[in-house]
Amino acid sequence: MNSLFADRKYIIGGIFLVACIAFIIRMFYMQVIDETLKLDASNETFRHITQYPPRGCIYDRKGRLLVTNEAAYDILVTPSLVKDFDTDSFCSDLGITKADFISGIKKATIQNTAYHASVFMKEVTPEIYAAFQEKLYKYHGFTSQVRTVRRYPMKVAPHILGYIGEVNKALCDRNPNYKEGDYIGISGIEESYESDLRGTKGVKIMMFDAMNKEVGDYKSGKFDTLPQTGANLTCSIDAELQEYGEQLMQNKAGSIVAIDPETGEILALVSSPSYDPNLMVGSVRGKNYVKLLHDSIDVPLFNRALMAMYPPGSTFKTIEALIGQQEGVLNENTAYNCPGAFHLGNISVGCDAKHGTLQLEKAIALSCNTYFCNVFMSIMNNKKYNSTEDAFNSWRRYVTSFGIGIRPDIDLPSALRGSLPTQNYYDKYHGRGHWKGATIISLAIGQGELGVTPLQMANQAAIIGNRGYYYLPHIIKSIGDKPTIKKYATKHFVPIDAKYFDIVADGMCDVVNDGTAAGSKIPGIIMCGKTGTAQNPNGRNNSLFIAFAPKDHPRIAVSVVIERGGWGADWAAPIASLMIEKYLNDTIRRKDIETKMMQGNTIQYLAEEKTAPKKKKGKVTEQKTATIKRHKHKDE
Amino acid sequence: MSDRRSNIIPHIDWFTIGIYLCIVFIGWINIYSAVLNPVHPSIFDFSQRYGKQFVWIITGFVMAFLIMVSDASFFSVFAYPLYGIFVFADLAVRFIGRNIAGSHSWFRIGEIGIQPAELGIFAINLGLAKYLSNEKKTDVKKIRMIAAVMVIFPMLLIVIQNETGVAVTYTAFIFVLYREGLSGNILLGGFMLITLFILALVGSKLVISIVLISLALIAFLIFTSRKVKDLSKVGGILALCLAIVFGTDYGFNHLEPHQKKRIQVFLQQNVNNSKEGYNLHQAEIAIASGGTVGKGYLQGTQAKLNYVPAHATDFIFVTPCEEWGFVGATFIVILYFILIIRLIFLAERQRSPFSRIYGYGVASIFFIHVAINVGMNLGLVPVIGIPLPFISYGGSSFWAFTLLMFIFLRLDADRLQILR
Repeated sequence: MNSLFADRKYIIGGIFLVACIAFIIRMFYMQVIDETLKLDASNETFRHITQYPPRGCIYDRKGRLLVTNEAAYDILVTPSLVKDFDTDSFCSDLGITKADFISGIKKATIQNTAYHASVFMKEVTPEIYAAFQEKLYKYHGFTSQVRTVRRYPMKVAPHILGYIGEVNKALCDRNPNYKEGDYIGISGIEESYESDLRGTKGVKIMMFDAMNKEVGDYKSGKFDTLPQTGANLTCSIDAELQEYGEQLMQNKAGSIVAIDPETGEILALVSSPSYDPNLMVGSVRGKNYVKLLHDSIDVPLFNRALMAMYPPGSTFKTIEALIGQQEGVLNENTAYNCPGAFHLGNISVGCDAKHGTLQLEKAIALSCNTYFCNVFMSIMNNKKYNSTEDAFNSWRRYVTSFGIGIRPDIDLPSALRGSLPTQNYYDKYHGRGHWKGATIISLAIGQGELGVTPLQMANQAAIIGNRGYYYLPHIIKSIGDKPTIKKYATKHFVPIDAKYFDIVADGMCDVVNDGTAAGSKIPGIIMCGKTGTAQNPNGRNNSLFIAFAPKDHPRIAVSVVIERGGWGADWAAPIASLMIEKYLNDTIRRKDIETKMMQGNTIQYLAEEKTAPKKKKGKVTEQKTATIKRHKHKDE
Repeated sequence: MSDRRSNIIPHIDWFTIGIYLCIVFIGWINIYSAVLNPVHPSIFDFSQRYGKQFVWIITGFVMAFLIMVSDASFFSVFAYPLYGIFVFADLAVRFIGRNIAGSHSWFRIGEIGIQPAELGIFAINLGLAKYLSNEKKTDVKKIRMIAAVMVIFPMLLIVIQNETGVAVTYTAFIFVLYREGLSGNILLGGFMLITLFILALVGSKLVISIVLISLALIAFLIFTSRKVKDLSKVGGILALCLAIVFGTDYGFNHLEPHQKKRIQVFLQQNVNNSKEGYNLHQAEIAIASGGTVGKGYLQGTQAKLNYVPAHATDFIFVTPCEEWGFVGATFIVILYFILIIRLIFLAERQRSPFSRIYGYGVASIFFIHVAINVGMNLGLVPVIGIPLPFISYGGSSFWAFTLLMFIFLRLDADRLQILR
């Protein structure tokens, strides 16, 4: 029998061998070739828990804390574990209704299954959480996690500081630095310095068992990364000056921009109406945001200092004076006669008064329209150039060098370029060769197609104060220990010789001493300024003022815009003078002016204008302002 | 007698014992890794499974030693009584055994549980070897019948105990019977049966029937002399096949629910949302996560964190796959293969048919356990709850396999003495 079927040992051995080889092949496939199952393993066992770094704080130039972090608590729920507790007390602790409770749990279940923790309520304040936490052990299925939210101890400069909010899904998909639920800077410094402020997230690898219970660190944290705190920023704002500016701007629409001409650092940037930055934090943010967004009268979220453009009006005459001199068509002795209006052909530009014959310095001090229309015409008719177009383009290059019509390279988001028409624009509008200096005469007095933002106006004041150069206006002095960004430490020159600036500065000095803004003289400080009363087709004029002080080696340059304020000297000039006095002297001696400015209400005109039905066109001419009567010769 | 006993030491197959010790050691440290309780880190901590396994191993060694110093003829002489005792135990346990999770297969003696179905396989093997070696090949049909009954009867008792998994391992004896002369067609037929059953569950019955009928026609026209006798033969086989195909659903529906599930999971049907599907998927994930060289000893995560069910017993193979990777798992499979082939080699060198048949039984039983256990871990075989020899946690199975193998080593050590 042994020998009879002995060969069958090979068949049996063969079957065993085949099984053995089949196993080895299968294991080779599963363990070496197939990658999909491996991923599953780490997905279910390891949870990469993000460790959020505290966001960097923001200080003002004197080290005062503007933005800091505060703890807030997210309440998490694992729906499958929720059972047996007093829902009434739960709801009253958190200040929610029973319907909120039910829908919250439903939402969590849909979002992240019943077996995983998901956010039930976001950013509960420490006050509410304190009471809730005591009973947390009773609320089965609920846990909490700490997050940090922003706090603004001084409640100033919301437009500069900006706010943070949850990152949107599209960005999460694009940028691996963000996951849904993360915070990101949405406006202001929070947005422009996001990458410095956010820090680096850490990852803690935790292991979870089959029951979804945490069992501890993976390899005692060997592969974990620690979160790195975001950099603290020092911004150039003087918080006290900013706060003062915001007080002055109560019940007014407009803005104040103050720049240190020696560095380009922005000392104050007020946009009014404003809001308390603390409204944009935590669980109240959503509600407040919608409210602020839909306030169509005040438009508090709109940063006027960077985004609103106004015709610069008479403040622009300083630039005309400089261009005229540089072009050789104007000097301090050039005299024109002002009969109360500028007439040329069928165009006439009104003036505030019959100034008689006057020279440059006086023309600036009294803001004579006639004088500057003549200056503008001489620039446009300069024999140097073959055509009005060439002369215009040259003029335009000068204006551009002042930063007008170009987007400011500022470290805040959404600063606008303003508006400065091009030759092309006029060619299209009037037809090529069909426009002359006289056609665009309104540019002479800062009207017409010109649009300048308050930031650009302040920079213009700084350039005149510096006699021909400026640093790019910026808001951040240092990031952590790193000093200022290099591009902000570079001098930019305008193509106008320094010697031409003195006469303009003299004129601006006269403006305050005995000119259009004589009421805004600051005792002990030589301030140079220029009023602007810019026409506005919709209603009252905008009140404008640019200034710098002291006259030589100025330490502050200011622009003030008060929408619907009327004359430049009424609101803008006194407010600018108060800002300068506050910054240079630290105390205000002219209490009466301060009180008057603080109590003044100009926003009512804006509100009336917006709520009232469209008024008749005639309204504009009724006002005692410089008017331009233009007859379109093409129509005739 | 004493002379002979002292003389057997050079005749003992130390090679097999060496592999046995290797596997036992791997098994023990594996259990330690799989169920390590950080509170009781000592591998000798008797409150933990690794400590307990150590006790089973030591007592197993003592048992092995006792077998080796016993008289080899004892097993031949007492083959039938041992067979009888265990068949009776299999019957009795159904009525007086403890009900553990629906199965009546355990005797409880104090702390120790004994499962006659698992432990008694050596006795069935002994009985079968004794019967086949004694019979002269006169009435082959009768011998086959009785041999089949000797295996199938205890199998049925075990099925009644609700231990279908253990009963399946008794199919190992088909290799023994084949070696001793059973027609290869039966082995082939067995494979075909399983294949047909699976095909009928997965595929279209109509297509299978058409294929079968065409095959039968081709077989009849080409491979036979086309006589009525051949027609009835081919027709009979065809009818049987068709009966299986169409009876599949009926048979399948009469399985236990968990058995149905396991087969469905294996066939990738109805996998989602079932516990069985989840378990198997977790085992596959864990094995795959080991990669080529594994995560390192004690560094496994999937099995340890309870993602894998029964990770100390039925799914113990997952842990070496995870921690030692493809290389380590292949090493273990090859170790088993060497052990089984060595046992076949030992069986073939026996002068006594009794020893040879018993040896084949041991090799086949090991093979069927390893094949089913590793196969189900790898998702190649439906989940059947049987242990991996010497590696799975458990005293009863460790003793059963040690007993089974050392009886053969004792017989082998005695191979030169007499023809038995």
